[in-house]
Amino acid sequence: MAGRESQPMPASFPPADTDALLAHARAVAATVSDPEIPVLSIDDLGVLRDLKIAEDGALEVFITPTYSGCPAMNMITLELELALEKAGFDRVKVTTVLSPAWTTDWMTEDGKRKLKEYGIAPPSEKRAGRGALFGADEVQCPRCGSVRTNRLAEFGSTSCKALWQCQDCREPFDYFKCH
Amino acid sequence: MAKTIRVNETPLVLYTLRRADDALILGHRLSEWCGHAPMMEEDMALANMALDLIGQARSLYTYAGEAEGEGRTEDDFAYWRDERGYRNLLLVEQQNGDFARTIMRQFLYANLADLYWRAMMKSEDETLAAIAAKSEKEMAYHVRHTAEWVIRLGDGTTESHARIAAALDELWPYTGELFEMDASEKALVDAGIAVDLGSLRDQWRANVKAVLDEATLTTPEDGWMQKGGRTGIHSEHLGHLLSEMQHVQHTIPGAVW
Repeated sequence: MAGRESQPMPASFPPADTDALLAHARAVAATVSDPEIPVLSIDDLGVLRDLKIAEDGALEVFITPTYSGCPAMNMITLELELALEKAGFDRVKVTTVLSPAWTTDWMTEDGKRKLKEYGIAPPSEKRAGRGALFGADEVQCPRCGSVRTNRLAEFGSTSCKALWQCQDCREPFDYFKCH
Repeated sequence: MAKTIRVNETPLVLYTLRRADDALILGHRLSEWCGHAPMMEEDMALANMALDLIGQARSLYTYAGEAEGEGRTEDDFAYWRDERGYRNLLLVEQQNGDFARTIMRQFLYANLADLYWRAMMKSEDETLAAIAAKSEKEMAYHVRHTAEWVIRLGDGTTESHARIAAALDELWPYTGELFEMDASEKALVDAGIAVDLGSLRDQWRANVKAVLDEATLTTPEDGWMQKGGRTGIHSEHLGHLLSEMQHVQHTIPGAVW
């Protein structure tokens, strides 16, 4: 996936066919990051769902909220509009879709790796069903790798995180909750 | 100058507004703790739970506006209905009281909301089912967090036990309304849109009792129950809450950030 530095530009703009246009738009949209966890793009998170050309010719981008009350959604919408306008899409519409409901299972492997490097323990392995929410008995310390960790607080600095602490290196760390 | 609105309460609009009002009013109550909770972690927890609820309310109000078809937004419903126009449960508008009381109120509500939203995921109404799929995961955390506190306070010191026991007794008469359904809701149940609340009652009581037992608290018997919220007849507390929540919009109508 394209990072901020390697934003691809097609040889001619706008590209001739719709597929190329949408692929370009998607690459641009994927450069928008989560304002609260800037190492993750909205594509890594699974927040960016789909893009299409609406009947009136506008580019329509579909995003889905992580949590119902996530305050980052307004910011993400604004940044998407700005990024796409800058890339030459003069009419952009960002639409929020609720179904299917976002889940941490949609986070890419690359996203999980980036989270860990940033110091946030990624959501634990996917498990089927509701048990997945609270199945995280083992959370690995993102600093030293120890699994001797314990939860300090269920609700952390943002809706999606809990506060944990490592028993070995004693560092407190954020854990991205299963959802 | 904007004025108090009169909503065209079709069964679907009314049904959606009732759930939206529960979430908004309880979310607002929890937000009153911001900066006042007994410790930092709990300050964040209460604010986080408030945010979940206000987020749910926003989705529900938006949908109520679409269902009504008068072009109303979430803000119109939140800021431009008076006390009699609100359709929330009496439980959620009750004052915060001490920390034990806030936790008990959240515990009783979350245990219903958890079962309710899980059942609503099967609603024939796609939007409500989608909102349910998000909400049920959030409420599962509210259930776990408040249950931990109920146990800690109930099975704690003499003082903490007395406080959580008093909260339980004070709030129990508001739990009958959680399962109340009128004719318009029953019609929506028949249409596959709504959930039969009566069918959740035994499970709700069993889940609540399991935690209360562990907390060394006695589950009250159902006696006379308070009701009225669903038809706009509220306790004296809602008016005060609304006057604060709506103050800025009523002073400067249409003000935006």
